[in-house]
Order: sequence, then structure tokens, then C-alpha cells
Amino acid sequence: MFRNKYDNDVTIWSPQGRLYQVEYAMEAVKQGMVTVGIKSQDYAVLVALCRAEGHTNDIQRKIMPIDSHLGMSIAGLTADAKQVCQYLRTECMSYRHTYEAAYPVSRLVTNLGNKMQPTTQRYDRRPYGVGMLIAGYDLKPHIYQVMPSANVMNCKAMAIGARSQSSRTYLERHLDSFLYSSKDEIICHGIQALRSSLGNDCGENIKITIALVGKEQTFMTLSDEECIKYLNMAQTLAKPDVQ
Amino acid sequence: MNKFEQFPDYQVPGVQHHDFSPYESNGGSIVAIAGEDFAVIAADTRLSSGYNIHTRTQNKLFKLSENSVLGSTGCWSDTLSLTGLLKVRMQMYEHTHLKVMSTDALAQMLSITMYNRRFFPYYVSNILAGVDKDGKGVVYSYDPIGHCERATYRAGGTAGPLLQPVLDNQIGYKNQNLSQDELPKLSIDRAVAVAFDTFISAAERDIYTGDSVIINIITKDEIKSQELPLRKD
Repeated sequence: MFRNKYDNDVTIWSPQGRLYQVEYAMEAVKQGMVTVGIKSQDYAVLVALCRAEGHTNDIQRKIMPIDSHLGMSIAGLTADAKQVCQYLRTECMSYRHTYEAAYPVSRLVTNLGNKMQPTTQRYDRRPYGVGMLIAGYDLKPHIYQVMPSANVMNCKAMAIGARSQSSRTYLERHLDSFLYSSKDEIICHGIQALRSSLGNDCGENIKITIALVGKEQTFMTLSDEECIKYLNMAQTLAKPDVQ
Repeated sequence: MNKFEQFPDYQVPGVQHHDFSPYESNGGSIVAIAGEDFAVIAADTRLSSGYNIHTRTQNKLFKLSENSVLGSTGCWSDTLSLTGLLKVRMQMYEHTHLKVMSTDALAQMLSITMYNRRFFPYYVSNILAGVDKDGKGVVYSYDPIGHCERATYRAGGTAGPLLQPVLDNQIGYKNQNLSQDELPKLSIDRAVAVAFDTFISAAERDIYTGDSVIINIITKDEIKSQELPLRKD
């Protein structure tokens, strides 16, 4: 993977028209643990796999609430993610203070993309090394994928992180059933999609986090008991081809 | 004839001299009483300006968390600005510390926030009532520049000086010939009754207080709300 002639600086193009530094930043996302986002007609769900670094540390927090109608899950450099999270929280709080209304999700992620773009162009900055799935609800549910390349994509369902291709395959296969899924069904789909990407990582110090936002549902991270309930539900609902 | 414009700082009789005051008193009163495991806070619902009434149905109690309620009267725009700022600061605290601000922390923060405007104060009379982390009732009262004092009971707002002596007597048992062991424990019902009665008295004599009173009863489990009518004159 060494393309060392054109990869020293984010301001250098390769002859093929690629910015290697930006692509390397995307690699950081692929190193992070997998996370899945799906939306139905009324809800947007985030499911993330969390791991503790080493045996003594607490489990890494992967799902970050931003406002009562918005939250995100991350894959990649947590420190960079915290900066982005702080920016989004400040924006949402400021908007709510001024207009007493929720920041429209599409506008917020567009502004985030615009903020991230200069980091892919200036010689004195580097791209944010974190990929994000932003789940929000204003008049309808949204899932947006934001990458270090400053690309912002509106998704029906998406998975990012290590071995996420298997999750994306699951999501593609079941795409038509998401729109009219119930709240329980959509969460189970998220869990099943995540299961596809587990690989050999199923040791201790691994747990799942689920968060939900939607119609008459403020952004909420489910408690451990509720997670277990949905894990069991997903087990019973599992179709043979996924196992 | 020398025109007025030639003497900008010279007050000439007969000429209109317009002064702008950034403050306006919109009136209203608050009463708060703390018990052993509850706190009660009541505020009237009239907003006025001079002899005019803006509205008879403005709630002056702001529920800042499940454990604390802030009663704010004085200049209503300053009240809205201050409570808006407090809400934002509380949200930031929750994001950073992953827990809701305790009443004591909130009391301190309110004091700091108000003192930050030491040289252009919030013209607000604040009383914060709630339960602390041990479930004990607390009442904090403030002056316009943030001086904070913890008390068992306090009356504030336009009828504050009128109501405080009543509370001293009825809740603090001052100037009554009762020995220390005769002092009965304060129950929620008595606190609510005294609060309502003091407001009825306030509405009699204070022109800025009246219409109705909303009372919040704060315990560690919930915040209950009641409304009672008052004199509308």
C-alpha cells in the first residue's frame, strides 16, 4: 500500500487524481469497530460494537448524544470524534437557544461537511480521522454518513468500521423491509447486521450499544437490560441465511 | 433665537428630554419554603408595566431539572435571558459530566452567572427551590448581582418585604411564645397553605401581585403543580 511519492502532504495530488492523505484518513475509520445505522418511516437507529482497550479500561463510548433530536456513532479516532461532537453540540444548543427549535438535520450535517473540507485542502491541517453515522429526527428520520474526506451522504442504512462490508451486504439484502418496520424490528435488523461483522472478536470486554431517535422519541441510548432484551429478540427473529 | 440643538447638554425648560432606561419592572412575587424532604415554591401570574397589565397568565416558575425550580420576577426580559442561559449551561454540564446538575451546583452557578453581569445587572429577583442530593428541601435566594443565601423560607419580588414577616412568624415561629421543643415539624400541607395565604394577603395590598398563583411542590420523586385564583384588581 505504499504510494510514497505523492502521499506526504494533503495538498499533493497523485497523477491518478487522488489525495492519498485523505485516503489514509479513511483507513483510520476502517480500523475502528463496526457500527450500523438504519432508518424506518418513524425511527432512526444506531447500533455499535464497543470494545475496552486492554483489560482494565472502561468500554469506549461510541454513541454520543448531541441534542434531543440527534446523536451519532463513530468509528476511528475517538479524540477527533470528541471535537466534532463538541462542535455539533454547540451548534445545536446555540440554534435551540436562538430559535427555540431543533436544528434541521440536513443543514447541520452540511455545515459539518463544510467545516471538514478545509482540512483536506490546507497544508497546515489534517483530515479528521473519524467516520460518523448521524441519526436524527426533524420532520422525518435521517441517517447521514460523514467521512474524513468531508463527504456527507444521506443513507437509508449504512455500516462503517472494521469488516463492515458484511453488514452492508445484510443491509442491502433487507433494504426493502426497513421502511415499514416497527421499532422493535428495526432494532433487531441493526443487531443482525452488526452480527455479520463480528468475526473473531467475540471475547470479553465487548458489548453492544443501541440508540434510537424518532417520532415522539427523543434521542435515547438504551440501557443494558433493554439491550439484552433486544439481543434475545433478534436471536429469535433471526433468519437462517444470516447465521 | 438660539436653538436647543446648540446646547446639547443644557436642560432648557419646556423642551422634551427623552431618557432611555434599559430596565422595566414587570412586577410579581415569589414565596418559597423548604421542609425536611420537600420544597414548595409559589409565584403569581401577573405581568405588568406601570398601571397596565401585560398578561394575567404568565408562569414565573421555571423547572430547570427534576429536582429544582427557579422562581424569577423583576424585569421579564432579563428573566427570560437568564433562564435561557441557565438551560444552556445545564445542558453543557450534562454532556460533560453525564449527570443532571444538583440543586446545590445550580445554586452556585446561578450566583456566578449573575455576578458576571456585575456592571449591568440582571434586574431579577430569584429564588431557587429544590431538593439536594440527600433529598432534603433547600431554598436559595438571590439579589440582582448574585449574592446567594441558603434559607428555610424566603419571599421575593414586589411583595417580598410585605410577605417575609408573615413567613417569619408562621414558618419560623418568630415572635411567638413557643419553646424549642414545642416547634412542630413542617408538613407539606402546612407549607402549601401558608404559601397560598401569604399570596392572598399580598394580592390585597400589592398592586403588582394578583390574578392567580401557581405553586410547585418538589420532592425527590416528582414535582407537583397547583394553581389557585387571586384577586384580579
